[in-house]
Amino acid sequence: MATKWKIRLSGTGGQGVIKGAVILAEGALIDGSNATQSQVYGPESRGGSTRAEVNISDKAILFPKVENPNLLLCMSPQAYEKYSKDLVPGGILVLDGDVGAGQEIPGAKVYRCPITEIARENLGSDLSANVVALGVLNGIANMVSRDAMIESLERNFKAKIVPANIKAYDLGLEAAAKIEPYTV
Amino acid sequence: MAKVRLVQGNEACALGALKAGASFYAGYPITPSTEIAEHMAEMMPACGARFVQMEDEIASIGAVIGAAATGAKAFTATSGPGFSLMQELVGYAALTEVPCVIVDVQRMGPSTGLPTLSSQGDIQQARWGSHGDHSVIAIAPSSVMETYYQTIKAFNLAEKYRTPVVFLLDEEIGHLRERFEVDPDEAVEIIDRKQPTCAPEEYLPYENVEDGVPAMAKFGQGYRYHITGLTHNEKGFYSSALPVVDTFNRRLLGKIEDHVDEIFESEEFFTDDCDVLLIAYGSVARSAQEAMEELREQGLKVGLFRPITIWPIHEEKIKALCAGKKAVIVPEMNMAQYAREVRRIVPSETPVIPLSRVDSELIIPEEVAELVKEVLK
Repeated sequence: MATKWKIRLSGTGGQGVIKGAVILAEGALIDGSNATQSQVYGPESRGGSTRAEVNISDKAILFPKVENPNLLLCMSPQAYEKYSKDLVPGGILVLDGDVGAGQEIPGAKVYRCPITEIARENLGSDLSANVVALGVLNGIANMVSRDAMIESLERNFKAKIVPANIKAYDLGLEAAAKIEPYTV
Repeated sequence: MAKVRLVQGNEACALGALKAGASFYAGYPITPSTEIAEHMAEMMPACGARFVQMEDEIASIGAVIGAAATGAKAFTATSGPGFSLMQELVGYAALTEVPCVIVDVQRMGPSTGLPTLSSQGDIQQARWGSHGDHSVIAIAPSSVMETYYQTIKAFNLAEKYRTPVVFLLDEEIGHLRERFEVDPDEAVEIIDRKQPTCAPEEYLPYENVEDGVPAMAKFGQGYRYHITGLTHNEKGFYSSALPVVDTFNRRLLGKIEDHVDEIFESEEFFTDDCDVLLIAYGSVARSAQEAMEELREQGLKVGLFRPITIWPIHEEKIKALCAGKKAVIVPEMNMAQYAREVRRIVPSETPVIPLSRVDSELIIPEEVAELVKEVLK
């Protein structure tokens, strides 16, 4: 993997974007890549838009943050409004449901997927939406292997809820395979 | 066996402290250092060590000094406002020569400032926060792995030189999660304070020994002696006799400043072969290194000097490294607190240019690169 991924996960406080970023970064490490994970702490983490960032690279990562992501996930309209302008030209934009519909950044490669709906319908709760999202992201960009992601899920969740999260991850992978990306 | 894990800087600090043998923690939680207290509270009881949440930062450092006097390896963790409160007793620890470690995860100040956001604004407070002419040791790591190993070193230096050591994390590194690959059973050097070998009645807790660091008996174990914040003689009792006071103050400063070669640690990149030398520490050093690598790919001769030890400062080394450079640029998240030192040290024919960012965001590599290009134009 020669590419350096600069990933920003964004959404609303409580959607688990920081946890998602931690799981993704740890999965990358398990895969043998380098990774850094950071987030903005502050009042905005309680409601409002929240963001977490991950760098993945096969080289050493010096600057640890993400100024301009080449992969941006937006799970709420507020997050889309706040962060979409930061995407690098031609970057990958992953949007949950109808987030940002009609306002897509020109030139971005847009992947639209009902992430939260998949979690709710198949797992009975929005809680796993962050893990579904990780499946979607890796289904699109193949940043971290499935084996490494499973191990990361096992490390980051209590044993009791690991199976449900593996299911959520696989639902995300399957959903990603069916997405038709578009550019406006 | 070392297993690769994703670990936060503050957790690495806690793990390093335990590895160093920390047996006592007293603290008052404060953002962005709180994770250190959380991890210590969880880990220490399982190792038979003591964790105490105190009523405030003054009490915290007081408890740390008391525990350390009895022989414990004691520490606390705080951030700018708490570190300010601790200053009087930091001076007390320096004067009474009680080894301890104070972790300061720097956040934007002054005062309450921006509690969750980053800064490197405590560089000078670490050196001059308490009154009087004592010296201090301060360390600023740049990565999660380095945080672990330098925390161990902080405890070792405290023990070796009988001094408070300030561990200057910044919020960026404290909260950053990245690769952590450490064998928990790895053999690392652990230094314990020198113990007296004489009979208790002959013991001089503040003896004017050649290396400046007298042996330190564990309080309450047979060696009776006096600890006071007053200037004291070799026995530890108040003295205002001129030669006693003069010798004491010179020893207190010299035991650290005269050993800068042993204490000082740094990293250098292309320092021999550069027109512009960057000097950066902590999280900002990562941005400086990335800028340097990009600029060298473009054929520009840029080097980086990264002090890991912030205090004492290695004046001779900095003077030698800066000699003959077109310019020295010091990027930091404060208003030139380290640049001020570099300026003081480097002869005036070499321009020392601060690059200050004080909006609470980490300096980005592009900012450093732009300034270098401007200087080389």
